This record gives sequence, C-alpha cells and structure tokens, in this order.
Amino acid sequence: MSIIIPFVLIAVIGGLLGFGLAIADSKLSVKKDEKLTEMENSMPNANCGGCGFAGCSAYAEAVFNHKAEIGLCAPGGNDLAQKMSQIMGIKTEVMEKKVAHVFCSAVPSNVGKDFDYNGLEDCNAATILFKGEKKCKEGCIGFGSCMKVCPEGAIKRTPEGKIYVDVSLCIGCGKCTKACPLQVIRMIPASQKYTVDCNSHEKGPNLRKYCETGCIGCGICEKKCPGSGFTVTSFLASYSEKDSTKEAAQQALACCPRKVIKEV
Amino acid sequence: MPKFLTFKKGGVHPDDMKALSKGSPIQRITMPKEIVISMSQHLGAPAACIKQKGDSVRKGELIGEASSFISANIHSPVSGKIVDIRKVTLANSVSCDALVIEPESDDDDTSFESPIDYTGFSSEELLQKVKESGLVGMGGATFPMNVKLSVPIGKKVDYLVLNGVECEPYLTADYTLMKEKTEEILLGAMIIARIVNPKFIKLGIEANKMDCVALFNEVIERKGYPIEVIPLKMKYPQGDEKQLLKATTGREIPSGKLPLDIGSIVCNVGTVYATYQAITFGKPLFERVVTVSGNCISKPGNFLAPIGTKVCDLIEAAGGFAFEPEKLISGGPMMGFSFWDLDTPITKGTSGILAIRFDEKPARQTNCIHCGKCVAACPIGLEPTRLYNLIKNGKYAAAMATDLMDCKECGCCAFSCPAHLPLVQAFRMGKKLGRVKK
Repeated sequence: MSIIIPFVLIAVIGGLLGFGLAIADSKLSVKKDEKLTEMENSMPNANCGGCGFAGCSAYAEAVFNHKAEIGLCAPGGNDLAQKMSQIMGIKTEVMEKKVAHVFCSAVPSNVGKDFDYNGLEDCNAATILFKGEKKCKEGCIGFGSCMKVCPEGAIKRTPEGKIYVDVSLCIGCGKCTKACPLQVIRMIPASQKYTVDCNSHEKGPNLRKYCETGCIGCGICEKKCPGSGFTVTSFLASYSEKDSTKEAAQQALACCPRKVIKEV
Repeated sequence: MPKFLTFKKGGVHPDDMKALSKGSPIQRITMPKEIVISMSQHLGAPAACIKQKGDSVRKGELIGEASSFISANIHSPVSGKIVDIRKVTLANSVSCDALVIEPESDDDDTSFESPIDYTGFSSEELLQKVKESGLVGMGGATFPMNVKLSVPIGKKVDYLVLNGVECEPYLTADYTLMKEKTEEILLGAMIIARIVNPKFIKLGIEANKMDCVALFNEVIERKGYPIEVIPLKMKYPQGDEKQLLKATTGREIPSGKLPLDIGSIVCNVGTVYATYQAITFGKPLFERVVTVSGNCISKPGNFLAPIGTKVCDLIEAAGGFAFEPEKLISGGPMMGFSFWDLDTPITKGTSGILAIRFDEKPARQTNCIHCGKCVAACPIGLEPTRLYNLIKNGKYAAAMATDLMDCKECGCCAFSCPAHLPLVQAFRMGKKLGRVKK
C-alpha cells in the first residue's frame, strides 16, 4: 500500500509544476516580431557567412534592428533582397547576382619557378616566402586555400591541377576572395560572358619567359576590335560589360594571340 | 668540472657544426664590383634615401636617413658612384628600394683609424653618436640601438648583459670576433655602460667557446673592468634575450614586454664591437663579420664584408661551391631565412650564409601523433601542437587567444617534431592572418 504514496505525490507535484509552467508561458512570454520570423523563414539557410554575420538568422536579426543593410546575402540574391525590403518597408535597388572567377588560366605546375617550395601546403603560407615559388608573383598558387573555405564545394581542380569555379554551384558568398592571398579569385557579375584569365601586370617579354598562357598586354583586343569592351592598362587586359557589343567581343575572342580571353 | 648555468624551460640540442669555420680568422674580402644597399636593414620604418642616381659618395657617408622613431641611418661602405636605384628582395622576403654603388677603387685609405677618447662625452652625446652611426642589434633582430639604449625616465638598468652565446649551429662570426677583438669588445661594453649606467655587467658565453671565456677573464683581470663572464651550458635558444636573461640573471620577461621592463638590456657582442668602433673611431656601421659555411662551401670561413655585398661575392671569397647546394640560408639554420637568389645583398643583420645539401632525403611529413615533444621543447611554454591544429583549421582568432604572438619562431618545436610538421611556418602564417583578421 505504501508504494502508492510516492507515485501519487510525484504525480501531484508534476501536475502543479506543469500547471505553473503553462501559466508562465502564456503570461510572461516574449513575443517575437512577425517580421523577424518571416525574414528568418525566407533566408536561404546556407549559413555561409558571406554577409559577415554568424549565420542566416544573425543577419536577419541585424537587418531587423537596422544594423545591417539589405542585400548583403549573395545566395539569396535579388529575390531575397526584394522580399526583405518589402517586409521591412525599405526600398532596395535591384541586386545583381555575382559568381567567383579564377583570373589565371595557367596550370600552376607549368609556370617557371624561382625555387622549389616544400613547406606547408597553403597559399597564404607559400606567399610569405618570396610571394610563392613561381616566377609569376600574381598568378594562382594552386594549393587551394579557396577550395578549403568554399561552403558549397564549388571550387574544383582539373586533372592537370588548374583551379576553376563551377558556376552552377557557386552561391556568390565571396569567401574565396578573402582567402586568396593574391586576389586571383574575384567576383564577377553572373551575366558576364567574357573574361581575361590573367592577373599579371608583368611586361609581355618577361611574362613570355615563364608563362605560356598569360596576357602580354599586346592591346590587339583593344585596338583591332573597337567596342569589344576590352581595355589594356599596365600590361593587362580587362573586360567591362557595359561598353561591349557581342560581335566585337566575339571578334576579340578570336584575335587574342594568347587565347587568354575566355568565354564563361 | 664547473657547473654551467642555463635556462630551465624547453630548449633543444642541435649538432653545433661550428668546427667547419671555427679555425678561420676574420678575412677582409676583396672589394666587390657592385654593392647593393637596401634601405630596409632594420626593424621599423625603412630609411629615407637622400641620394640620387649619378651621385658620388664617400666611404662612411650618410645615404639613408632614419625616417621615424624606430628606424636607423644607413651609410655607404665604399667610395664610389651610385649607378642605379632599384627594387630588391632581401633574404627575408622584404622588398624595398636599394642603392647600387660601383666602388671607384680598392680604397686602402686610413679614415676611421685615429681614436678619440670617449670619456670626454656625456651619455647624451654618446647616445646621439650611436644614433648617427646607424647602429642596430646585429644578432639578427636588427632593433635600432639608440632606441634600445634610451632608458625612459623612472626606469633603472640593473643588468647589462652582453650576448656572446651564438647558439645557432654553423655560425662562428661572434666567436671569431670575440677571439680576435677581445679588448675592443670590453671597451665597447664600457661605452654602453656609460650610456645606460647599469648596476652589473655580465657576459654570457656558451660552453663550446671556453677559450673565449679564458681570453675575456684575462683581459678583465688585467684592466680591472667590472664585468662578470658567465659560462653557460650549451642549449638552443640560449642566444635569445629572454633565455639569456633567465640564464644569467634569473629574471623572466613577461609576455609582450621588453628586457627594459625588468631592468635589463641585452647586446650582442657584434653590436658592442660596432659601438666601440662608432664611438672611438667615428666609424658608422657599414661592414660586418659574416660566416660563410655549410657542406657545399669549399673553404668555410669568417669574412669581414661591406654591408650590401652580394651573396655570390661572399661565396666566391669562400672558394665557391664544392657541390651544388639544395638550400641557401641567410642566418643560422634554426631561425635563418631560406632564400634562392645569389644576387641577394647582405644586410646589417646577416650573421651567416649557409649552403647546404642533404646527405639523406628529407623525411616525409606525417600526421601529428600527439607525443608532446614540441610542448617539452618550447622555451616559452606554448603548446605548438594545439596552435598548429587551430591554424590548420583556419581558427586564427582562437590561435591568437592561445598566445600565438608569444611565439618567437625559434624552431625548437619543428626541430623536435617526429612527424616533421612545418610548425614554425604555420605559426608565421597564423600570425600574419591573425593580425589582419583582428
């Protein structure tokens, strides 16, 4: 008989405490703002950290408290930016989707070397020593520090060892651009059709000695194909989509003697 | 057998390899065809170049002026003409402007040879002279001497410790200097003592240089200098100021502090000798003793070379390469910088040039087995294995919070690591990235 008493006692205490909790929950609860909940639900939840905040909900909260701008979330893109501005009642400009791109077309092991490096396999460590073992001091090092930080595994390596970005997987967070010690990997608008895959400002004759693919700054793309959008500054061509016509750009693609102008 | 003092925590015993160049006296090298003087030879801001292409310079003339508080003057080591100003990369990967001077003749002039009596100068005047002469610490860190010797008001110097340890393997530049210029070094110490006014002067020398201890003791007894010579047990990195102070005075420098904060000043014997020359002969710092050694050098030795001499000229003076080297190092093998270009000029801090080939294939890098050998070897008391894992995984802020900045890159951890992990290199990278991320 005495065994029943503790059971009953526990049941009564449990009931009382449960009742207390139920009252506390309804009376003392902090109401979460609907706007914040709605924003949190519309985040892409990639938690990439590209916005500079600890995660998606941290960014949503910062926007909600007016501590961050709308439009920092690259994976969410324009859709999210517009939705957030609608929720918050702020006007936002149209956001352009961006993707990462490696501005070096050389296979790292094919470029001429100053010395043999056999230390830590990390681009940042390699650049501390004479900016890397290669004669080209501005090209891709090839140890893949960008690959390590990519949250989506969008940065890949060809069988020869050249690093490239798989555009279909890239969410545009921009983490790789911060990891690269030489800024070889940079963001370009996703709509851009052509790029100059070289980062070296070295003079042509010098560059030819150690690299087979780099831009020599000959200026053919600029002079022969007006309106192509290609301009050469300090021995390196660059492309701007704004003042480019498709025909001229195609022509420049065909006349580049080093084939360093590439179609994305 | 006397009991030798040393520091307690950590340390390693690399093979000292000093026999290669120990017997060689200091030889002056023949004047090179070209001298390349970098404007960044010291810790702190690079000197501002005050000459132009085409200008003529005299031996000992000021060519670079200290540009900020922590900076140093630079003087021309030869009489000649400035033929070019170009960018050079030094052995420590620093890129900076450099003057290329073509010496005019093998000048055997007798300037800087009439001695002046320093006792007539006050300590301020001496300090000013030290500043003008462009003196920097010649042990390797190249900290400007005038900053080191400026004792702030309210601080007292208890110990002046002269560093004759030279714990790096291969190097014998300080050893030969101590052997040949014993009296001059002691006179230099007395000059520095006049500037900073210490209570005690001590000279630390490692047990593999007992002949120097005897030489110093003999002169000290004869002249009656208040200097105590302390023979120390052989142990790397005893030549670091933190370990040397612990060994000779028992005092420990707290994290992030300087020797002056615990009432001490440490000077390398090479610097002391340069100070003696600067004050007594008015000769600015423009030449130094460099050890050229390693198993690829035909005749390893110690050479007195003008600062700005190219490495190839030094190697030629040492009889050239006997074998093709696999690795070139500026400084000692433990803390020196690996470099590749034989046209690299030497600087005020270059104590040695080593050309080494490996008898065996370097061992393969494997995974950390958590044996703790690096923890036992670290003279600071850090946990290299933990720091390495943090840096490898990109947690730079956490590594900084685990006292990464206290690491002085002595290399004891990497030396003792059975997995051959590039620990010091990882720490260098971690410091660089950690500082940016902050």
